[in-house]
Amino acid sequence: MGNRIALTGNEAVALGMKQIAPDVVAAYPITPQTEVVQIFSQYVADGDVDTEFVTVESEHSAMSAALGASAAGARAMTATSSNGLELMFEVVNITASLRLPIVMPIVNRAITGPINIHCDHSDVMTIRDSSWILLFGENAQEAYDNLLMANRIAEHSDILLPVAVNMDGFIISHAVENIEIVEDEVVKEFVGDYYPEKYLLDAANPITMGPVDLQDYLFEHKRQQIEAIKKVSGVVRQVSQEFAELTGRHYDLFEEYRLDDAEVALIAIGSTAGTAKAAIDNLREQGIKVGLLKIRLYRPFPAKEIVEALKGVKTIGVMDRAESYSNTGGPLYADIRAAMYDVGGTAQVMNIVYGIGGRDMTVRDLENLITQLQKVTETGEIEERIIHYGVRD
Amino acid sequence: MATLKELATRDGKFCGGHRLCPGCGAGIVTRQVLAAAKDNVVVGCATGCLEVSTTIYPYTAWNTSFIHNAFENAAATTSGVEAAYRALKKRKKFGLEDSKYNFIAFGGDGGTYDIGFQSLSGAMERGHRMLYVCYDNGAYMNTGIQRSSATPLGADTTTSPAGKEIPGKVQYRKELTDIIAAHYIPYVAQASPSNWKDLTRKVEKALSIDGPSFINIISACPRGWRIPEDQGLELHRIAIDSCFWPLFEIEDGVKYTINYKPKTKRPVEDWLKPQGRFKHLFKPENRYLIAEEQKRIDERWEMLLRRAGELD
Repeated sequence: MGNRIALTGNEAVALGMKQIAPDVVAAYPITPQTEVVQIFSQYVADGDVDTEFVTVESEHSAMSAALGASAAGARAMTATSSNGLELMFEVVNITASLRLPIVMPIVNRAITGPINIHCDHSDVMTIRDSSWILLFGENAQEAYDNLLMANRIAEHSDILLPVAVNMDGFIISHAVENIEIVEDEVVKEFVGDYYPEKYLLDAANPITMGPVDLQDYLFEHKRQQIEAIKKVSGVVRQVSQEFAELTGRHYDLFEEYRLDDAEVALIAIGSTAGTAKAAIDNLREQGIKVGLLKIRLYRPFPAKEIVEALKGVKTIGVMDRAESYSNTGGPLYADIRAAMYDVGGTAQVMNIVYGIGGRDMTVRDLENLITQLQKVTETGEIEERIIHYGVRD
Repeated sequence: MATLKELATRDGKFCGGHRLCPGCGAGIVTRQVLAAAKDNVVVGCATGCLEVSTTIYPYTAWNTSFIHNAFENAAATTSGVEAAYRALKKRKKFGLEDSKYNFIAFGGDGGTYDIGFQSLSGAMERGHRMLYVCYDNGAYMNTGIQRSSATPLGADTTTSPAGKEIPGKVQYRKELTDIIAAHYIPYVAQASPSNWKDLTRKVEKALSIDGPSFINIISACPRGWRIPEDQGLELHRIAIDSCFWPLFEIEDGVKYTINYKPKTKRPVEDWLKPQGRFKHLFKPENRYLIAEEQKRIDERWEMLLRRAGELD
């Protein structure tokens, strides 16, 4: 089914947006996401999609307009990156709390201070506690596929939470890959129509959205958000299963690569997972039992399932493409360490903070790392638990 | 234009029972604006007195669809609602094909002149069919009377306090109505709830336009202005008669019309004197500020008359 064409990540995501044809897209350009906005604008200009495209004056307004559209009863999308996400941060949280199932591709890029346009995950990590559902892909194909599944997850009646579809800036967004496209009609049928239960454009049933919610009710409303979050992984699996039946492409909460008998495991998010696979293949040939756990669903965090998948692993290297400036490593490391605590295992867990501001992480770098982790497995000795890989002294 | 009887008997889209202060102008403004809207209305509202006093969960004073998002984005949010309406109407969803909707955003001066300025400018420039109403009471009243860029010269607020060295706010207020007119949108006006006929006509006109419109409405705040609760409307009248708050409209950015010309312009002292926030201006050492404010008002009034072609 479908056909293979050469596309960049941005082109694939813009195409996916056209196929979904949301009612409203409100977006603002920012490197390296800009192409998504440009390509989508061209689709609109050529009449290839009849979405109302709102060319807002900032990302804050992008999310605000998307929120208004979604509250009105429309299927709404936006897309952003880096500082754009930081500017919309306030409304990112409001969107989730109003339970509006907006879908947003995020092209991951370092946040400014000082300015850098290249890939790391410091942007998206700032919204990890917002109750947005965060999906990550390793390449353009996965970014595209995640996007096609995102509305089904967000709009599920048990969920009603926004979804961010993440892809690495430049590495995925600008690199051309052969990807398998799902036919328009199939996408349309798979994604389906969106019929919210309550919406502003229902004059017969007026509603007040975003009221003042004080000590006597806010906690209960947050509780509802927490209950919805509990159901996300089940819905992600169910939608992924349906998608697999349609396309033959299988997705789960995370991907296990040569993990069954692994003594050393890397855990990675995004494009580095692909590089890691190549390194793992090379070192497997040398007899090192190494595997990879690639995060797809980062929020909510599938802690129990991850711990289960890591059973038997002696040394775990958690790859973080962002710092948390807490003296306790990167955000993924904190999640994994917390999850491992519950099982009381003996595995050594180390943190590799890498690739900040787009610094390359090559196959050779990963081979080096795996070799270091293998040494820990053999000797049980750890020099430094948190490594900032490749940084100059 | 709707008659007073019609206005009084129209289904109330904004109901009593809200918790705005006695004498607050925002409630009167909202009531008058919504009474002038015949069709369905979706209201967008910035954070502020109006929003926090009318939507305390699980209660609401809004008998029409209402959305509050945040402080600075009522215009962007409402523009999204309007875009959704166009999309869903075009796609024939929810039976909206034959429906008629108005989109009205409300914000105070803080949420409009200051923090919501960019969002408003963007929405106006994009041409959404929406009316933005600013109820201008001249300070951040909801958080406790802090100065905004709408606060008049010399006003004593909690962040421009009249002290031993500094006599209240040292800057003139920003003329937002003119700035929005500079967007060359179809309709921009200034109004006052004391002149309900003029206000109603302006809202009707704004809502009849297939494009963006903006109405700036003076709105008394008894707490912030330090006036008795029953003096708000009277002060609105003085604001108009002194030309502190001229009633005018601007079509397509260029066509100015003065809607009310006082027979004799009252001195600015008449506007300042009854308000506690200007009390210190009447000390001998601060009186120069009254003279400056008078000069500013005179110049602006003359400019408006000239633009309206009423002065050679």
